[in-house]
Amino acid sequence: MASVIEIKDLVKDYKLGEVPVHVLKGISFLIERGDFVSIMGPSGSGKSTLMNILGCLDKPTSGSYQLDGISVAGLNRDQLADIRNKKIGFVFQQFNLLARTSATENVELPLMYTDTPSRERHERARKALLTVGLAGREEHQPSQLSGGQQQRVAIARSLVNDPSIILADEPTGALDSRIGIEIMAIFQRLNREKGITMIVVTHDPDIAAYSNRSIHFKDGKLQFDEKLAQPREARKDLEKLPAEQPEEIVSS
Amino acid sequence: MNKIVGSTRIAFRALEVNRMRSALTMLGIIIGVAAVIAMVGVGAGATARIQQQIQSIGSNLIIVLPGSISSNGVRLGSGATATLTQDDAKAIAAECPSVALAAPAVRGGVQVVNGNNNWATNAQGVTPDYMTIRDYTMLSGQFFTTQDVDAAAKTAVLGETVAQNLFGDSDPTGQVVIIKNVPFTVAGVLTPKGQSPTGQDQDDVILLPISTATQKVLGANKANAQAIGSLMVQAMSPQAMDQAIQEMEALLRERHRILPGLEDDFTIRNLTEVFEAQETSAQVMSILLGAIASVSLIVGGIGIMNIMLVSVTERTREIGLRQAVGAKTRDILLQFLVEAVTLSVLGGIVGIVIGLTASLLISHFAEWSTQVSPLSILLAFVFSALVGVFFGYYPARKAAFLDPIEALRYE
Repeated sequence: MASVIEIKDLVKDYKLGEVPVHVLKGISFLIERGDFVSIMGPSGSGKSTLMNILGCLDKPTSGSYQLDGISVAGLNRDQLADIRNKKIGFVFQQFNLLARTSATENVELPLMYTDTPSRERHERARKALLTVGLAGREEHQPSQLSGGQQQRVAIARSLVNDPSIILADEPTGALDSRIGIEIMAIFQRLNREKGITMIVVTHDPDIAAYSNRSIHFKDGKLQFDEKLAQPREARKDLEKLPAEQPEEIVSS
Repeated sequence: MNKIVGSTRIAFRALEVNRMRSALTMLGIIIGVAAVIAMVGVGAGATARIQQQIQSIGSNLIIVLPGSISSNGVRLGSGATATLTQDDAKAIAAECPSVALAAPAVRGGVQVVNGNNNWATNAQGVTPDYMTIRDYTMLSGQFFTTQDVDAAAKTAVLGETVAQNLFGDSDPTGQVVIIKNVPFTVAGVLTPKGQSPTGQDQDDVILLPISTATQKVLGANKANAQAIGSLMVQAMSPQAMDQAIQEMEALLRERHRILPGLEDDFTIRNLTEVFEAQETSAQVMSILLGAIASVSLIVGGIGIMNIMLVSVTERTREIGLRQAVGAKTRDILLQFLVEAVTLSVLGGIVGIVIGLTASLLISHFAEWSTQVSPLSILLAFVFSALVGVFFGYYPARKAAFLDPIEALRYE
């Protein structure tokens, strides 16, 4: 299988006043297409910086980064925006949905920056919402949805432009553990059914346990990289949990 | 195109969310545009009124008045002696190539009587050329002819004010009026001209053949039976005015045998020039009013810039998100620019409506004629849109060049 992400000797320095801070000190790894990777490490380990570079939001100081065969290092602002638009889906800890905007329109957002006609945008947004199990809530606004539902809208948004990778930055950090597992179940399903490469940044080992591979960082360096032969099944874990009050009650 | 429609929808939604704030921001532009429209309307109305008055005295007009003469070292005032004659008028008309018409006039106060009614007015002895020069038309009847002048016919043409006072609403044509015990047949009534630029009632007048006037009514000047009170001259064209003045001056000096170095015994005045100066001052006033009003439009623009900067700061996370999902620099720029322009254009439209209403109210209650031209409406509209672009650009640029990482992390 071809690598979707190829990183070599990646270095990132920040200048805080006079003193340069070395945040990433030469990192190299590959991520295969269709993999489910968790990136772990304590705060300050450089995993957020790595995440920003992987997401084409930031540029490395040196080293090479190839995403889907495209060398990202030399691209300018607008070219990076284009790559983000076509290749990457983002899921954030704080969902980052537009307030007072319906779920459908939130999901359509990435397509607004393409030439997709509005009819097709609607259709694809609807389909993405169906995939994350939010059929019937297309016209709800974020304030009318529970946290878990909001994160599912965000996942639908990350899916809508058929990205090569989905980058999730602490996607369960703002949710309780049961709903966190629900989110991981969706990720596992997308990974297996659609073959989307998943990269989840987390500091929670319980969440990392659902991935196939876990990369650990410490002090700006790769600490260890382990393959998980038998990741946990989020769907089965959910079945084992006592049937709490269904989440749907939260919303009106 | 698709993107502009999309941006406009986003802009309307963003403005709707903060309805009160948007309305207050627009108020600056509304007041500015309304002030420009109303003030320019007032100025244009004043200019138009002066132009209309200038038209009423006739076009390309030059007036020649008898001047002062020195008699044994005593200088007498203008018009004190009769130095201008009907022969001068004929000579000017015949010999000056830049002069189209020359109409001599004598004038004096008379009491006009019709049965039980009488009216004190200004009698002018004129020739038929006077009608052409002053652009008079007839409300009824006919103007007297050259034959009438030659024959010293007892015929008169009434101004509308005189006709009203003597005959009420009935048509005086063919009736008889008595001036100084001499009966005159009314040949016709002049179409009213209204006020002159100097505020006189131009319709309070009775016109007589110049010959009749000097012989029967006003009494001939003893020194010179041919003397006239004034001479109205029409130049061939507006460009020929100066030439006509020079020709007349030379001719009159020659006819009056004035040696070089001595003063003229007549005065020549370019009437059009005098009134054009008034028109210019009215235009200056209108520009001034417009300029003052434009200042408020610029203040309104600063209000837009202020609110857009606040909006960009408030929506930093939204901007970061849009950038993350693929919005390019120009997408964000366009979004905020469209928002600013939407504010200013909506304000502009409302301002135009209010400005039009205001100028109508000014016309109605202050009885000050206002004129709002479609051009000034268009200009106000375009200007308000430009204000939006100009003052919206800086905040929009600020938004477009935010660092997506910083923006996403912004609390």
